[in-house]
Amino acid sequence: MSQHQELIQLQAQAENELADARDEKQLEAWRIKWLGRKGLVPAAVKQIGSLPKEERAAYGQAVNQLKQAVQAAFEARQQQLKEAAMAAELRSEGFDPTLPGRRPQIGRLHPSSATLREIAHIFAHMGFEVYTARDVETDEYNFQLLNFPKGHPAREMQDTFHTTTPDVLLRTHTSPGQIRVMRERYPEPIRVILPGKCYRYEQVTARSEMMFHQVEGLVVGKNITFADLKGTLQAFVDQLFGEGRQLRFRASHFPFTEPSAEVDVDCILCGGKGCRVCKYTGWLEILGCGMVHPNVLRNGGYDPEEWSGYAFGMGPERIAMLLHGVDDIRYFFSNDVRFLEQF
Amino acid sequence: MRVPLSWLKEYVDITLPVDELEERLTLAGLEVANVEYVGVEPPASVRFKKQIKPGDVVTGNGHIVWDKEKIFVGQVVSVEKHPDADRLTLVTINYGTEEPLTVVTGAPNLKPGDGGQKVAFATAGAMLIDAYADAFKVRKLKPGKIRGILSQGMVCSERELGLSDEHEGIIILPDDAPVGAPLADYLGDVVFDIDITPNMIRIASIIGVAREVAAITEAPLHIDMPTWQTSPPPAGDYADVEIIDDDLCHRYTASIVRDVAVGPSPFWTQHRLKLIGQRPISNLVDVTNYVMFEWGQPLHAFDYDKLLARAKAIGKDKVKIIVRRADEGEKFTTLDGVERTLDADVLMICDEAGPIAIGGVMGGLETEVSDETRNVLLESAAFEFINVRQTAKKLKLPSEAAYRFSRGVPPRLNPIGNVRGAQLMADLGGGDIAQGMIDDYPRPQPVIEVPVTERDVQRWLGIDLSQDEIIDILQRLEFDIRVEDDVIWATAPWYRLDVSITADVLEEIARIYGYDAIPETLLADELPPQRRNWAWELEERLRDILAAAGLQETINYSMTAIENYRKTFPDNPEDAPGPEMFVTLANPLSQERSVMRRCLGVSALENLQRNLRYTDRMAVFEIGLGYRPELGDGVLPKEIRLLAIALTGPREPGNWLHGDDSPMDFFDAKGVLEALFERLGASDDVEYRAESAHIFGPKAAGVYLNGQKIGNVGEVHPKVRAAFDLGDRPVALAGLQIAPLIPYIQTKKHLHPISNFPAVKEDIALVVDEAIPAGKVAALIRQTAGANLKDIQLFDVYRGDPIPPGKKSLAFSLTFQSPTKTLTDKDTARLRRKIVGRLSREIGAELREA
Repeated sequence: MSQHQELIQLQAQAENELADARDEKQLEAWRIKWLGRKGLVPAAVKQIGSLPKEERAAYGQAVNQLKQAVQAAFEARQQQLKEAAMAAELRSEGFDPTLPGRRPQIGRLHPSSATLREIAHIFAHMGFEVYTARDVETDEYNFQLLNFPKGHPAREMQDTFHTTTPDVLLRTHTSPGQIRVMRERYPEPIRVILPGKCYRYEQVTARSEMMFHQVEGLVVGKNITFADLKGTLQAFVDQLFGEGRQLRFRASHFPFTEPSAEVDVDCILCGGKGCRVCKYTGWLEILGCGMVHPNVLRNGGYDPEEWSGYAFGMGPERIAMLLHGVDDIRYFFSNDVRFLEQF
Repeated sequence: MRVPLSWLKEYVDITLPVDELEERLTLAGLEVANVEYVGVEPPASVRFKKQIKPGDVVTGNGHIVWDKEKIFVGQVVSVEKHPDADRLTLVTINYGTEEPLTVVTGAPNLKPGDGGQKVAFATAGAMLIDAYADAFKVRKLKPGKIRGILSQGMVCSERELGLSDEHEGIIILPDDAPVGAPLADYLGDVVFDIDITPNMIRIASIIGVAREVAAITEAPLHIDMPTWQTSPPPAGDYADVEIIDDDLCHRYTASIVRDVAVGPSPFWTQHRLKLIGQRPISNLVDVTNYVMFEWGQPLHAFDYDKLLARAKAIGKDKVKIIVRRADEGEKFTTLDGVERTLDADVLMICDEAGPIAIGGVMGGLETEVSDETRNVLLESAAFEFINVRQTAKKLKLPSEAAYRFSRGVPPRLNPIGNVRGAQLMADLGGGDIAQGMIDDYPRPQPVIEVPVTERDVQRWLGIDLSQDEIIDILQRLEFDIRVEDDVIWATAPWYRLDVSITADVLEEIARIYGYDAIPETLLADELPPQRRNWAWELEERLRDILAAAGLQETINYSMTAIENYRKTFPDNPEDAPGPEMFVTLANPLSQERSVMRRCLGVSALENLQRNLRYTDRMAVFEIGLGYRPELGDGVLPKEIRLLAIALTGPREPGNWLHGDDSPMDFFDAKGVLEALFERLGASDDVEYRAESAHIFGPKAAGVYLNGQKIGNVGEVHPKVRAAFDLGDRPVALAGLQIAPLIPYIQTKKHLHPISNFPAVKEDIALVVDEAIPAGKVAALIRQTAGANLKDIQLFDVYRGDPIPPGKKSLAFSLTFQSPTKTLTDKDTARLRRKIVGRLSREIGAELREA
């Protein structure tokens, strides 16, 4: 066979194989075989050197044509494949955007933590720092220093879990922290919130739990008044429930504050018109508060002639129940994931 | 305290509408928990108002309205036998219309021949309570034939009117009831139910509420001190009183009511007691209750003749009341028929023969009044409130009397209550009263004068009131006032024991001035020094990190059972912490919640147990306290802040795209810890050492921070899993103390310069002895490679052919990068040689040929 014929065959073979290259990988394999450094086309070009002189010119011309043709075919094929790939990417048959996406696993805070955090944030803006105190307390801190003498009827309002160690109990409120922070900080003024768990010896029902959280607030200073207490709580409630909430301060009694008040907010569900949640009163009780009792100030080391203060307390679970329409407090600590995953 | 408006109006003028009065009382600290409308229409503003239809069941008493057009005061004209029924009568009623109406009734208290009685008469169409239904079901009265006779109305029982359960007979109204008047006008009422705070025991009486209403609404009061008609011989001839333990009994008064006849009380006495929630018993007993609810003074009536008989039996001819502590172990039968064993903290009312009552708590069976009683010794006393409270609690004998005594009855009320009670008994029982009162009063009620100034009001309440305004408020509350320059000296009225310091007076000023009238101000006081609470911030940071890692936060009870800890020691239950290692509740609600938890892992297992009923995948964490008495100060336990992580179930629940249903295991829990330490910047200081613990199987590690153990991570032992009923899949659990991590959030991370030179990746596979931990190999590589090693990832662990038995191949991917130059092949080859050389020397590692 003449060398010309060989070249024609070679070109035909290259073009055939090129047509079979259906993706980039195959195309690259083809390129290496035919156009690579050790490829068949460069090999054919190299043959020029082994030919007799008189044949070289003609062969050279032919083999260059071959090389250019194969190179051009390669580039055309390459372009063709690129366009095909893009066309494929732009085809949308079978694409269904309603099929579920790939979701990362998500976690959440417990609703009590989330509510506590929200409350703490609001108070942080007003200069209240977080102070944490212990759960297992002495009778002295939980009651006596807070103006509940032994046998005092006000103790009946707080049924207590006692421990087998005499005069050691589970705190019934976060208020023992008032004494702890006062004794630690005297003679500085104080502006803190005290979040934490509290415990009451109460049958567990939809409305009462043996364990719950409280957030207590305590402010002690040289010029702290009941009017300041009202202003602080109004600012808090406006931020928690939205501007323009009505607050109602009702006279009440707590041994560690005087005067004492219970605070209602106009029902966030019915706007005060009356509904099942507010028991048709239009009001929801959300807080207890008052001016720190002089005995309590004194027990904390502050002279009530010189200092005054206010304190308030609220239950994040109660607030979360109102905010989220939860009608059973037992959900909070049974930790049923079907409950927790809704927040 | 239930307060009928009709009774209250006897002592104070009330012009406010009911709903407004309710609001004013509530704001002033007399929280109206409920308002009951007895036969009358609630005001339009009452929100729960709804139209009542036949068939509705109403709760409580009095929740139907007595139609003024259909229910009247009637008078019995005549009563005749029903011609066809023995038990029925035909009653003709005049109810103010021209024609009287004849109706059929079965009431046993109307007999043929009767006439003249005043009754409650309902005509057809009236809504009444069905007397024969179980619940208070409303029905509409329809005319009908009863045994052939047409009946177009009904003579009503209390039950039919919704007044009480009583339907044995019909109501007989007082003789002066106006015939033809709508019943609602005559008997209709409104009853407030007021919650009483412990400091406000003075309102546990109608008069007490009336005083508050007067102060709050500035309405006039009409309270007259009771008086009595007495005759000789004097009470002192009948009995003596001696208080021995005057620390527990501050005053004891006794009067003698003679020759009374026991019988039912008149209509209005009974009616008021019923409205207030008491069952009428007999005139003598009813008087003691009536005076208690009217004035707040509990009374006790002894049968004087029984006392005298006891005295005579021991050779005395006069009764002597002795108030003393019980002897330890003394026995006494209370009027409920129960024999009780007493201790020396119980105050007893005794005579010379022994105890006759538990002071302030309950009378004795032997000397109580009965239908045969003719002479009464009436006690009106004041006891130390804490002691009464303790006794009533100890003996489980709550009562209206003990309730008042245990909050403080002022001694000065004793004679008032006694006079009122004795006179009422004489009035209702037709007797007379012996002259004078026997009165032992060893501890006079203190009179406390409290100073208050304009400045106090301003400083404490934030309002500017003039001296006159302050005085006016206090006088509305019947304080005695004395002014000395700028100081107001205020003395609380005699019926109050709750005012002893300036703050008590300030509270009263605020209450009457109105909390709603006090302005709202923002804190103007200096801002206290601000500090960060790092422990709290750490907790919050951990919550965010763990939630971002896909874990759900839980909060479990702090209380658990020791038994749960025993379950975590499947092989050696005797090694489980004993009771001394727990804070134990003296009064748990249940055994499952009887000790404070030492760690959070047990709570996590309990939590999984509950939830695995509904779901097969759990990835949860909790941050909370563990309670360790052995580390405490001897009284209080140490409370340690802990974190627990629990994982079980499929790693990535499959969906249509992909999924990894293989169960989460040790490495998932460890991965969460790694991410957590990474985020805190603590990774370099953390080490995991192979070690197990009772709760884990062999796949477990101790977690060390700077060489100190801070926790564990591992797969829960299959036996523990079984004990908590957690199924067959691995449960990975980690527990950490978090306080040691605080320094990491206090230090700011320092930026490592970002190199602009290319990074070079190198893979290296090493064959090492099975016993050599991968962590050690990685650490050696890190040490050897130095600062240019930017990252090291273990990407394969291989055992088996061609690796010889007892060996494993660990494949690492190393990333090298220099901050100052482009690393050449030569540079990396040198590092690689260095690494292989050192590993070969120190741990006998061999480079695995590709």
